[in-house]
Amino acid sequence: MARAAIPGRLNWRVATLVEAMDETPTARTLVFDAPGWPGHLAGQHVDLRLTAEDGYQAQRSYSLAAPADGTRVPLTVQRVPDGEVSPYLTEGLSIDYPVELRGPVGGWFVWRPSDPAPVLLVGGGSGIVPLMAMLRARRATAGRVPFRLIYSLRSPLDRYYAGELTQPDAGVDITHVYTRTTPEGWPRPPGRIGVADVNTGGWPAEFAPNCFVCGPTGFVETVAGILVALGHEAHRIRTERFGPTGG
Amino acid sequence: MQDHTEPVVDGNALAGPLTEVFTSEVTTALTHCASCGRTGAVATLRVHHRAPGLVARCPGCDAVILRLNRGPHEVWLDLRGTVSLRIDLPDSE
Repeated sequence: MARAAIPGRLNWRVATLVEAMDETPTARTLVFDAPGWPGHLAGQHVDLRLTAEDGYQAQRSYSLAAPADGTRVPLTVQRVPDGEVSPYLTEGLSIDYPVELRGPVGGWFVWRPSDPAPVLLVGGGSGIVPLMAMLRARRATAGRVPFRLIYSLRSPLDRYYAGELTQPDAGVDITHVYTRTTPEGWPRPPGRIGVADVNTGGWPAEFAPNCFVCGPTGFVETVAGILVALGHEAHRIRTERFGPTGG
Repeated sequence: MQDHTEPVVDGNALAGPLTEVFTSEVTTALTHCASCGRTGAVATLRVHHRAPGLVARCPGCDAVILRLNRGPHEVWLDLRGTVSLRIDLPDSE
C-alpha cells in the first residue's frame, strides 16, 4: 500500500459517487468508491472518463485530494467556464452516479511519508489539490517532517479546504498570498507571488527541502525560477503544471 | 494571464496515456536527449497537449523527445528524440 506499484496495464474501472461537498462557489470535492482500487500516493492523479448515451467520450486528469483510504477516491474539481467535463462534475453529478476511473498514475510529483527532508509546498489556485493530499498524508501517518505551504489564490472566496487550512497541524506553517482581493486588514497588498513571498514563506535552500510546485503554467514557471534563484537545487524542485485544460 | 499562455504541461501528464502501453511507471524514467544530451525524468519534459496527440519536448533544447498519438484501436509512440530510457523496475525501487 505504501508504494503504488502497478502490477499490469491499468484499465478503466467503474466508480460511483458516494460523497460531495462544495469547497468554493465553483469547486467541489467528489469522493468516489472504486471497487478494487489499489491505493495511491499523495500527489498522484487519476484519469476520469465520461461516456454519453451516444458513445461520445471525454476524458480528464485530476489530482487525488487525500491519501489512500480503502476504495475511496477523492478529487476536487474546479469548474471551468464553458468546460465540457467540469460543469457536469461540479453541478450535474449526483450521489450513486457512475464514472470511469483509471489510476493511480504518475510517480514523479509524489511525496512519500518515509522521506525525512523538510517540504515546501507552493500551490496556485486549484494547484492546492495534490499538495493537500501531501498534508493529509503527513497527518494520516502522524508525520513529523516540517512542512511549509504557500498558497496563492485570487481572493478569500477561492480558498479550498478552508477549515483544515485555518487550523494547520503542528509542524505545518501556512502562508496565503492573495492576488486580487485580500481579507480585511491583510498586511500584504494583493499581487502575484514574488521572491519575497517564497523567501519568507519557504525554507532556506541550505535546509535542502523537497519543493513541490503546482498550478497554472505561468505560476509554476515563476515559482520554479524563484526557487532556483534562491539557491534550491533543480532536482529538489518538482513541478506539476496544469495548462488550460478545457475543463 | 495564465489563460493565455501556451498550453504546455509537465511530462507528468503522460502518465495516464503511457499506462495504456507500459506496465512500468515511465514518467520517472530517465531520458537522454538525442539533441542536446540532457538527462532528466520524463516527468520534467514539456508536453504540448493541444497538438494532435501529445508532444513532449526537451526543457533544455526544445527538441521533440517523444510523441504519442492515440487512435481508436492503436497507440503510435514516436521516441525519436531519446537516445535511451532508463526505467526503474518496481522491485528495484
